[in-house]
Amino acid sequence: MEVNVKYFASLRERMGRSGETVRVTAGETVGQIWHRVARGDPPPENLLMAVNMEYADLDSPVGEGDEVAFFPPVTGG
Amino acid sequence: MRVEVTSVPFDPWAVVGDHQAAQLTGGSYGATAVFIGTMRDFNAGDTVRAMTLEHYPGMTERYLERISRSAAERWDILDSLIVHRVGVLRPDDPIVLTAVWSAHRAAAFDACRYLMEELKSRAPFWKKEALDGGGRWVQANTPG
Repeated sequence: MEVNVKYFASLRERMGRSGETVRVTAGETVGQIWHRVARGDPPPENLLMAVNMEYADLDSPVGEGDEVAFFPPVTGG
Repeated sequence: MRVEVTSVPFDPWAVVGDHQAAQLTGGSYGATAVFIGTMRDFNAGDTVRAMTLEHYPGMTERYLERISRSAAERWDILDSLIVHRVGVLRPDDPIVLTAVWSAHRAAAFDACRYLMEELKSRAPFWKKEALDGGGRWVQANTPG
């Protein structure tokens, strides 16, 4: 199955792309997706993540067609 | 209750007045609390020439709607309004507006503060400053 991965702000610059489609196997977690797209780099200490636009964590499961986003601490307002 | 993320500069005082005239019944509210965040021309000892604000289209609006609903559940308020700029901002540009209407002042003050603090801590927005030496992402918001 496939999930759509997005990156924002400084993380997008660091990754060198705004997103990608990633093929995963059923039961994989957000953390496993991070491991794959970051080619083994550990997640930054303050990394935030969302699944289908809801905050999630590295242990959150993903499903077919989900949108998974990774981003740095937020600085709005 | 209304939330808006806009790439167009806005006049927060006019927006508050327009919203109040269109959405609230005169005589029903006795208190209006308003917070406006405005861009400074300095940060961390450096001169800031401009700032680019980025958001996560969809998630950001959803999050702002959620905290607006949450405020309405926690306090006895009549209405709330959040407007947040994205795109390229210059010093003195309004960044964010939160406004709350209620019968009495405590609910308006408390809910307005709550909306701003929740927005600052969790709403997906990111600031990149344009300094004389180049661009710099803001790493974290100040505690208050």
